[in-house]
Amino acid sequence: MKYLTEFRNGEIAQRMAREIHSVTTRPWKIMEVCGGQTHSIIRNGIDQMLPASIEMIHGPGCPVCVTPLELIDKALAIAAQPGVIFCSFGDMLRVPGTEGDLFQVKGAGGDVRVVYSPLDAVDLAVKNPEKQVVFFGVGFETTAPANAMSVHLAKRRGLKNFSLLVSHVLVPPAIEAILQSPGNKVQGFLLAGHVCSVMGYWEYPPLAEKYKIPLVVTGFEPLDLLDGIRRAVIQLETGRHEVENAYSRVVTFEGNRAAQKLLAEVFEVTDRAWRGIGVIPKSGWRLSEAYREFDAEERFHITGIHTQESALCRAGDVLRGAIKPAECAAFGKECTPRHPLGATMVSSEGACAAYYNYGRFMSAEELASAGSGLTGVAHG
Amino acid sequence: MADGSKAGTPDFSNWSCPLPLVGYPTIVMGHGGGGKLGNELVEHLFLPAFRNAALENLGDAAVLALGSGNLAMSTDSYVVQPLFFPGGSIGELAVNGTVNDLAVSGAAPRFLSASFILEEGFPLAQLAAIVESMAKAAATAGVEIVTGDTKVVERGHGDGCYINTAGIGVLREGIQVGPHRAQPGDVVLVSGTIGDHGMAIMSVREGLEFESQIRSDCAALNGMIAEVLDAAGAAVHAMRDPTRGGLASTLNEIANSSNVGIAIDEASLPVRVEVQSACELLGLDPVYVANEGKAVFIVAPDSADSVLKVLRAHVLGRDAARIGQVTSEHKRMLVARTAMGANRVIPTQIGEQLPRIC
Amino acid sequence: MCLAIPGKVEEITTDGLIRVGRVNFGGVVKRVCLDYVPEVEVGDYTIVHVGFAISKIDEETAEQTLRDFRELGLLDEELGSEEEAFARAAKAPQSSCPDGSCSTDSQFIKPRGAAPGGSEGGAGSGR
Repeated sequence: MKYLTEFRNGEIAQRMAREIHSVTTRPWKIMEVCGGQTHSIIRNGIDQMLPASIEMIHGPGCPVCVTPLELIDKALAIAAQPGVIFCSFGDMLRVPGTEGDLFQVKGAGGDVRVVYSPLDAVDLAVKNPEKQVVFFGVGFETTAPANAMSVHLAKRRGLKNFSLLVSHVLVPPAIEAILQSPGNKVQGFLLAGHVCSVMGYWEYPPLAEKYKIPLVVTGFEPLDLLDGIRRAVIQLETGRHEVENAYSRVVTFEGNRAAQKLLAEVFEVTDRAWRGIGVIPKSGWRLSEAYREFDAEERFHITGIHTQESALCRAGDVLRGAIKPAECAAFGKECTPRHPLGATMVSSEGACAAYYNYGRFMSAEELASAGSGLTGVAHG
Repeated sequence: MADGSKAGTPDFSNWSCPLPLVGYPTIVMGHGGGGKLGNELVEHLFLPAFRNAALENLGDAAVLALGSGNLAMSTDSYVVQPLFFPGGSIGELAVNGTVNDLAVSGAAPRFLSASFILEEGFPLAQLAAIVESMAKAAATAGVEIVTGDTKVVERGHGDGCYINTAGIGVLREGIQVGPHRAQPGDVVLVSGTIGDHGMAIMSVREGLEFESQIRSDCAALNGMIAEVLDAAGAAVHAMRDPTRGGLASTLNEIANSSNVGIAIDEASLPVRVEVQSACELLGLDPVYVANEGKAVFIVAPDSADSVLKVLRAHVLGRDAARIGQVTSEHKRMLVARTAMGANRVIPTQIGEQLPRIC
Repeated sequence: MCLAIPGKVEEITTDGLIRVGRVNFGGVVKRVCLDYVPEVEVGDYTIVHVGFAISKIDEETAEQTLRDFRELGLLDEELGSEEEAFARAAKAPQSSCPDGSCSTDSQFIKPRGAAPGGSEGGAGSGR
């Protein structure tokens, strides 16, 4: 695929990795915020290519992982209702709520459907006028324009049977919350490339300045990730703290104006709870007044939910980079991919699931002491 | 194969007495009742399609002559939706799936049973198209459908058509294949491109549809496998057809059964460009996507080249490739060397692989 | 949240409410909403996330980025010195963005022939 395959060239990747080795003189901890980047790092083994002194910390950029438990429980309650077609991205189907997940609701008779795009959910609403179609609108700023358009179209078409269960979260407040948390060890960030393609990166220079930390807009393919890491390391080694754009073929400083315009019309900023982390002020979006009629929480008035997070789950500490998955007492015992306690074990880019799979390569001691946790892997 | 999704009326021209069926364009409860309607379905639909002596006796059981040797038996039920998809239908799947299960066990498939569970209201034209495709698949595979059954469930209690097939085959002498027989040093071969079937189904699945040239690879592998066994005999330690769960699940099963590690090289996995593109679009990994016309072979290293040669000479094995080897390291794990030169563990997937946005 | 892939726009129509494109992703074609990329035309490449085009791919920048990637590390192999590699990397040039606080978009080491340690880097992406 053009503009994809070329950025996966193994030979160039290895040269880039050698370049990173050659400029690294000290240990550094770099966080990639976006779940898609975590997925790509793990899937391609990027962190195995880095010097042992560079630790990639996998951040909370995974909407699956951070959607509040209460909202998952509301989703389960709505999906179980007769007369409802509950549509969702595939990612959300196995995320555990207090009791069960969407897959189990489907098994019990709920009409739960996986769709590729929120527009597919709008189509279902048009085709099934006697049902209430609800779309689970999770995601960061990358997905918000799609969700915004879906309610905008629903409004223009006068649909009375379409609603959005909203859980949008924003990246800059999350980064700031991480930087402000006591004991923060993250020294540089790879910024989420596709989030920035929508929002631009004008929000970040003040953060770089305030916290004296390098921020690099980074893409998703192996060469893009290696380049982002390389630039972050060079900045750290030279004591710089700037915002760089390493994904310039897609991202501009201002971002996508057309998308931002509709976002401003459809959504408004609100405080949001991040699962495992807590409430971060002004870190999310909810439907604006003009679009409130399409809010599924208001339409369905779900009450009587008793939300209870597993007492053993430490997903929040993992998401903030405070502990490594192997340091959680439940890791590999009560909590495994087959029986996940928290979202970081469910999602393919959740740090816990990733470590679970790789961890079988190494003993617990090796995992605890290894830098990125993934060096010294057996030969293939 | 008739495309049932656009099916018109079945071709009754060579049926002995089509008139009773013409009067019933859809399946009714009576067709499963064992009475006149059911008999007519057998006389005018199944018999003409599957035509063989054992079936025509129409006894409660088929009487078969198998000669000496051990037998292998396999059964599977087919519930695929949609019933007709690019490259095939539930009919071909039902025949080839069971044929392949027997073939990868080292048996020559001979006879199949075919049981149908039909939903009231199911269009007869679609049933005829499915049955015709089964007849063709059976003929290609060299097997006979010798006994069967039909039941009808009420409207709303079935997905149109479910099929169960059971198959019997005769085990080849001197061949002992099994997932527990892989040994360190063995070579891992795959007979062709992976992910075709699963992505063909995905391309017509509601909510996820896309346009492409991807077609299911559904095919009977017994002919190709027989040639491999002719050439390499006992050097073939294990064979599997990677259906649900894809190549990853199959290799994990073998690694577990044999208590060995398997290491594969991602760059050597044969994947059609469009299948790869479709997987990128939906966030899927081809190693987990189902195949219906491919086999994995675990072969002693000295015979790997000759097996590869035989595969590539066969029409179903043109894209066969050596993809890795069995090792005594990382036991019970499947590890892939990525294009970056790093290693990633490929675990057995939990449940169905779902499209993702992350 | 970020699975978005590049595709080529083959046809643009409207469904009465939104601008719709037939976008080809390596042989797989999907209907995509193009309302957020009014500048995209038939023949252009765009990044698509959940059925929406969110950005046009600047092909010139993409090609330049690839060229820069191919160069990376090659000079190391010729000069072979870690200190020199570090020194070159440290002198990454600054360039402008609207508030002057961010680094240049594309400041790879100049190809062979440039004065050591004194590269001006490439120009910005020019978008």
